[in-house]
Amino acid sequence: MNRLFFALPLVVAAIIGAFALWGLSNGRDPGAIPSALISQPVPEFTLDPIEGVPTPGLATADLKGQGLTLVNVFASWCGPCRAEHPVLTRMSEQQGLRLVGINYKDRPEAAADWLEELGNPYALIGADFTGRAGIEWGVTGVPETFIVNNAGIVVHRFPGPVVGDGQRRFQQALDTAKAAQ
Amino acid sequence: MIPELGQFALALALMAALVQSVLPIWGAARGNTVWMASGQATAVVQAVLLIFAFGALMHAYIVSDFTVLNVVENSHSLKPMIYKVAGTWGNHEGSLLLWVLILAVFGAAVAVMASNIPMALKARTLSVQAWISVGFLSFMILTSNPFERVFPPPLDGNDLNPLLQDFGLAIHPPLLYIGYVGFSIVFSFAVAALIEGRVDPAWARWVRPWTLAAWMALTGGIALGSWWAYYELGWGGWWFWDPVENVSFMPWLAGTALLHSAIVTEKRDTFKAWTILLAILTFSLSLLGTFIVRSGLLTSVHAFAVDPERGVYILGLLGVSILGSLALFAWRAPAMEGGGLFAPISREAGLLINNLLIATATATVLFGTLYPLFLEAITGDKISVGPPFFNAAFIPITLPLIIVMGIGPHLSWKRADLPGVLARLKWLGVIVLVATLVAAWFAEGGPLLAVISMGIAFWLIGATAQDWARRAKLLEPGAWARIKRQPRASHGMSMAHLGLGVLMMGAIGASAWKSDTVSFAEPGTVVPIAGFEVEFVEVNQVRGPNYIAQIATLNVTKDGDFVTQLFPERRVYPVAGSTTTESDIRQTLAGDLYVSITEPASDRAEGLWTLRLIYEPLVNFLWLGSVMLVLGGALSLSDRRLRVGAPRRAAPVHATPAE
Repeated sequence: MNRLFFALPLVVAAIIGAFALWGLSNGRDPGAIPSALISQPVPEFTLDPIEGVPTPGLATADLKGQGLTLVNVFASWCGPCRAEHPVLTRMSEQQGLRLVGINYKDRPEAAADWLEELGNPYALIGADFTGRAGIEWGVTGVPETFIVNNAGIVVHRFPGPVVGDGQRRFQQALDTAKAAQ
Repeated sequence: MIPELGQFALALALMAALVQSVLPIWGAARGNTVWMASGQATAVVQAVLLIFAFGALMHAYIVSDFTVLNVVENSHSLKPMIYKVAGTWGNHEGSLLLWVLILAVFGAAVAVMASNIPMALKARTLSVQAWISVGFLSFMILTSNPFERVFPPPLDGNDLNPLLQDFGLAIHPPLLYIGYVGFSIVFSFAVAALIEGRVDPAWARWVRPWTLAAWMALTGGIALGSWWAYYELGWGGWWFWDPVENVSFMPWLAGTALLHSAIVTEKRDTFKAWTILLAILTFSLSLLGTFIVRSGLLTSVHAFAVDPERGVYILGLLGVSILGSLALFAWRAPAMEGGGLFAPISREAGLLINNLLIATATATVLFGTLYPLFLEAITGDKISVGPPFFNAAFIPITLPLIIVMGIGPHLSWKRADLPGVLARLKWLGVIVLVATLVAAWFAEGGPLLAVISMGIAFWLIGATAQDWARRAKLLEPGAWARIKRQPRASHGMSMAHLGLGVLMMGAIGASAWKSDTVSFAEPGTVVPIAGFEVEFVEVNQVRGPNYIAQIATLNVTKDGDFVTQLFPERRVYPVAGSTTTESDIRQTLAGDLYVSITEPASDRAEGLWTLRLIYEPLVNFLWLGSVMLVLGGALSLSDRRLRVGAPRRAAPVHATPAE
């Protein structure tokens, strides 16, 4: 009995280790946590436009009564954002979706160059230099894309780039949101 | 050429570590003094080689050598110099090199400085330390070579990420690492003691300075990270229960328990197996921290680039070191108990309760951090565990801990007189109760739990101060001489306990009584916050050296009396084309009034300003308390007993009366 007691830490550590091994081995995506914002109204925030970019800024009120809106969190320093940019551009054009952006912790001139280079598909862009709005939205990394419905309710959070298999999954979520509209 | 030399140094360091991992411990088993002594040489050689390798990588960053892949990916020629230097450890490979470097420097420090430790124990400790070195050096050389070249070299580096260009970010990881890795020495000592099958008061005393040093660095590192998040990032908070914060907090909790349980081993020759277990667990939790941040096992705002391949390798390393040491513990520890007996009411019992509660708190944080992983594995559901769980689970465990913490130092070893102690503390109890009610009246109520917690913080501060004053017999002649004569470790304890009380006041104040408003303002608008009235007076345009600033003037009054004027700014840099928001803070011990202005984005708010006001009561107590904790550790570390060294093993250890 006494000996078993001393072996207890070993057993607990081995169990934790087994879970960790499982966590690494089956190709799961730990980022795929549903947001606490789902089915909640868009958080309160007000963001200025990016300095040097003519697109107006973004605030909570801009996401109500405007139909289905995609809120894309991006930054010029983020590689995957570059990859998903043409996909989102095409998606919003072909499906007539309103696309707005939150420029996360970026330098204005870098963001302006980035939009200049790749094109600017966003109707509105809020510059979140301090990352405060990112906290309100529960952003864990860039890129992230939220689907907001006509009533200003967040219906889906998609972490990671909308490309490849991600694009398929994002389209599914988008179709569900359209059907519910 | 220099990067190749750096890589060569890494390979040589691995060779030295391999030799050190076998020869000294074999020598200790066979009584061969030359083999045992070899560990000291190899430990120093290892440290020198790794200092060289780290220097080589830093050189590549400083001169922006874009033939090195690591520099290309993580630097840019236009970065300010300090961030080029900091870039050396701001990435996976470089930070791993720093980790191994600190490990080797600690090993060399044991080899050189710990001259009073018996040769066999020292040899075994250095060998165990080398096992860890071999694991992480091979991991680095096989999967994460920081010196990998790239051809053709690009014109410039990839990274100008503004997120990573911050002074706080430059110095906070190295401090944390010193803390994490410092516990490796304690771990090595523990494993060596298990192999030797002998733990006694002398052992506990040898280990103490290393535990203290690591604990101080970890305390400083965590506090600095929190300070940075609060002031620099403007996140509006100082602790988020993020997985990465939790993995630094867990070794801190376990290390704190270890510091206390090692005292009992040192003074009373008991709690042996428990102290050894804590030493193993503290370093295991540090390893877990390193692992979680790098493997992508859990999501967090802090995570490095994810690479499952590396994750499996690190998990393998962790498996071998943690499971191996715990298996050794299960095998050897049962033979270890014994030593001094004690009554249910005694200093030992107080420290036992302390340890049980801290261990429970650590387990709670561990469970909350890993729960998403468990749940997903079993049910497939994906959830994230947030502050509500941690607040609900952690606070009820810590409050009793703090109450006992106030009483503990008043108890004597072996058998204490609880009625006597309580009689001594009864007036303090009355004073604390009155002070709490007065504080609650000043704060105009507030959550009941916050008021109770505040009372408990007062209790800790009062009881600690009374204990200190009693020991010094402060009111009798010759108090100063008595204060100077007392061991510095006991002053260190008082300082650290007071610090925790102060820190607690800050934590409670800034969480429970914080107020935060955002409003549209124009000249003449008055916004009330936390008993202040903030009047938005005017906005003036001022030309700075290379910017144009719009400076708002805010009049702060309290009940009609003038308090101060604050000038938050919004700056436009026409050349760079950027704008910044310069907030203004009225910083007092009572609390921070934080104001910032921005131009509202919405068209409906033409001519208005967005005015954000935050009042964080007592928040500066957090930093003050943290400084006191580190200072307490430093006082303990400077104690004569630790500097002069422990008595030889054979000599009986006298229990010193005051601690």
